Amino acid sequence: MFKLFQPNKIFQLTSKAPKYVLFLFVIVLSIGLTEALILSPEDYKQSDAVRIMYVHVPAAWISLGIFSSITFLSISGFIFKNKNFFLIAKSLAPSGFVFNIIALVTGSIWGKPTWGTWWAWDARITSMLILALFYGMYLISWRIYENEDKVFKISSIITILGIINVPIIKYSVDWWNTLHQPASINIFSKSSIHSSMLFPLLVMTAAFALFSLLIFLMKYNTELIKIKNKGLDRL
Amino acid sequence: MINELLLMNGYGVYVLSAFSFTLLSFITLYLVTKIQFVKEQSKFVKKFGSLDTEKANSAKSQRINKEILANAVNN
Repeated sequence: MFKLFQPNKIFQLTSKAPKYVLFLFVIVLSIGLTEALILSPEDYKQSDAVRIMYVHVPAAWISLGIFSSITFLSISGFIFKNKNFFLIAKSLAPSGFVFNIIALVTGSIWGKPTWGTWWAWDARITSMLILALFYGMYLISWRIYENEDKVFKISSIITILGIINVPIIKYSVDWWNTLHQPASINIFSKSSIHSSMLFPLLVMTAAFALFSLLIFLMKYNTELIKIKNKGLDRL
Repeated sequence: MINELLLMNGYGVYVLSAFSFTLLSFITLYLVTKIQFVKEQSKFVKKFGSLDTEKANSAKSQRINKEILANAVNN
């Protein structure tokens, strides 16, 4: 099965995919923006400020999802002794980090009209900031360590430590009194969000997921070409 | 109509700045990633061009190298 994860096989697919993903992303994003900014209704309490949710929530979801994937891939890399898992994890990190920053900044912008402040040391916000620090450390570790085995170890330790923070982010609204409201969307029970708001939220999430896929593909191809460049030097 | 869309009951400045920041981050990340990709690709093509015939043929026998060169031509 791991033959499928060989760079030669993957590159055949990843080198052609970005243009199609970009095309699909533009279409889904256009639908999402029309829904989020024009067609979706305003909230009875927050009025039009609620529209910030359509960028804030998907960005937070995707940054959490990517960090969890990076941890899973790093651990799998050690278990199955497959370098490609580390390479995939490394290629996912930049978009995860950017989505984390988007979640923090748009959350801050949303906080001003709804809570009256740009920033509060609330459990959810603080734990998201800690996640951004883990993303930062992960990306820096790949830049400062030249030795492959060392960078695999250090970056994996960072993700294992960082993953402890993920359930804290998820349950922070239940465990502590925070400014954030409890989750409105539940996979296993009925969501409290109205379908007229759920639809644009899901479309924007799909658009953000496509964007992270696009960046991942481009970054992964760059990493493979970097390896091939080193190979040509050895010829 | 357009005024209503932009003002958004007084929240327009917050909503539009949140969406603008997101789109600007997307464009920046896309451009940075694209520039890095093109840079590595042209480095590869340059290195490949400087190889002698025997080494070039040996390198060309690898499928992934062929793909990189083909993509560089298409781009």
